Amino acid sequence: MPLARGSATSRPVGSANSNRELAMEQATDAMIQVENLSKRYGAKYAVKGISFRVPRGQVLGFIGPNGAGKTTTMKILTCYIAPTSGTAKVTGLDVGQRSLEVRQKIGYLPEDTPLYQDLTVLEFLQFAAALRQVEVSKRTDRIRSVAKVCGLYEVMGESVGTLSKGYRQRVGLAQAMIHDPPILILDEPTAGLDPNQIVEIRELIKEVGRKKTVLLSSHILPIVEATCGRIILISRGELIADGTIEDVVREHGQQSLRLRLDDAAQPELVTEKLSALDGVVGCSAGEDGFQINLEGDDDDELRRRVHACVTDNNWTLLELLRRSTSLEDVFRKLTSAGKA
Amino acid sequence: MGNTLTIFRRELGSYFNSPVGYIVVTAFLVGVAYLWIEVGQVFVEGEATLRGYFYWAPFIFTLFVPAVTMRLLAEEKNSGTLEILITMPVRDWEVVVGKFLAALAVITVAILLTLAFPITLSQFGDLDWGAVVGGYLGLLLLAGAYVAIGLMASSWTSDQVVSFIIAWGITFSLWLFGKLLPLMPSALAPVVEYISLDTHFGNISKGVIDSRDIIYYLSLIVACLFLAVQSLDSRRWK
Repeated sequence: MPLARGSATSRPVGSANSNRELAMEQATDAMIQVENLSKRYGAKYAVKGISFRVPRGQVLGFIGPNGAGKTTTMKILTCYIAPTSGTAKVTGLDVGQRSLEVRQKIGYLPEDTPLYQDLTVLEFLQFAAALRQVEVSKRTDRIRSVAKVCGLYEVMGESVGTLSKGYRQRVGLAQAMIHDPPILILDEPTAGLDPNQIVEIRELIKEVGRKKTVLLSSHILPIVEATCGRIILISRGELIADGTIEDVVREHGQQSLRLRLDDAAQPELVTEKLSALDGVVGCSAGEDGFQINLEGDDDDELRRRVHACVTDNNWTLLELLRRSTSLEDVFRKLTSAGKA
Repeated sequence: MGNTLTIFRRELGSYFNSPVGYIVVTAFLVGVAYLWIEVGQVFVEGEATLRGYFYWAPFIFTLFVPAVTMRLLAEEKNSGTLEILITMPVRDWEVVVGKFLAALAVITVAILLTLAFPITLSQFGDLDWGAVVGGYLGLLLLAGAYVAIGLMASSWTSDQVVSFIIAWGITFSLWLFGKLLPLMPSALAPVVEYISLDTHFGNISKGVIDSRDIIYYLSLIVACLFLAVQSLDSRRWK
């Protein structure tokens, strides 16, 4: 599984040669470029040596347990906090040195969607448009445009404080998009939403993701699976996996079969016999049958061997299923490794 | 300039979107009136002067101004809205100056509303308008300095109450130094006299507009705003 890792573009600090920068930006075509990023608080690392690149137009999902470092990484990219070491670049611009320009390129929605409660939706969007440097003549159009995309027409005159969580989230998304930035960074955009609202936001993100580069974090895996072409798994500050969902699942997941036999079969005997088969790395007995963990992929040859084993021992086969590894399985496996 | 104005307008609006703005201004006016009439004994002494008012105003400002400034940055940090604000393409000083001007505007409105007193008083007697104008100018500068201190205090904490206490502590101490001047050992006296807000205010309220006093106030304002910007900026350091 290829990790998308580019060569570190070494550029002299404080270089003001804009032609060269433009050429480099086009050459790498990486919207976000993070090299060996670390953030330390005292003795503890929130983020440790993370590197990745995000090409234009990609929708990237950050997944990981709570406290893994997803939010910290995002806060560094959005210039909210500074890294302890390493570099982070957005469209080729360093977040430390070209902070103002970087912030112009990003639309950010922090976790918990903190908005000014006392403003109406319209006032808030006007405020956001102004501070995000949208030209005065274009503001009304942009507000109308994001209000339409985010479905805010009905609530424009309402106070942000009185909105439901679903609508608040949409306002948050709208303010992030109002200046039409090339990059959106969304931290847990579906946190606290009910299933219907989650679907709405998910569709919104998919729609928006067609034209923009999106970096979103979530620990709700179905959202990530539905919207993201690529994922990065972060745990305890370190990058554990990076790739498309299929690649990551295939690389780190394990194929298995589930077998149900008649009660007459003795569990110890069954597990012993099945484990001995070619292509099987282990077999365990559970409440809903036996799980056969495979070394490689499930195929007909393997199934024949299992069948042969069952008939040789005079067991009665009640059910044979392939158990697909899910992203959740991979998540749990990779993030619990190392725990006692 | 545009960003500063946007933030100024937003902040000013938020003072009057909630009852707090109105309540604080009203409380100030009531407090000042009380001091002026009861403590300054204007009606008893029968003299058309605002001396009582100007004597006590710097003290009552130490309560009133921190009440207005305490939320400026502390509340943004507390509610998390600061994170959206400063990840927008705005400079930290624009945020600080915008908020400073908004708080100052609120207080200026309150101060100007107290013009009702001298106007009323002038109906009853001969009022030295020169001293009044001087006094009000002094109050505006004093207010500016207190707002800057309050904003700085608000930048240091995410708790509004703590912000109030720090701001009050600083402004009250500075006011107190001036009042205690006669008790100071003579070696310290010149230093204390220079630091004291009250001394400089006293000069201006006598109608003497000395550039040194104005410089004092402006320096204080700039220094406090600078420290507030540093505080905001510090999250971007290691």
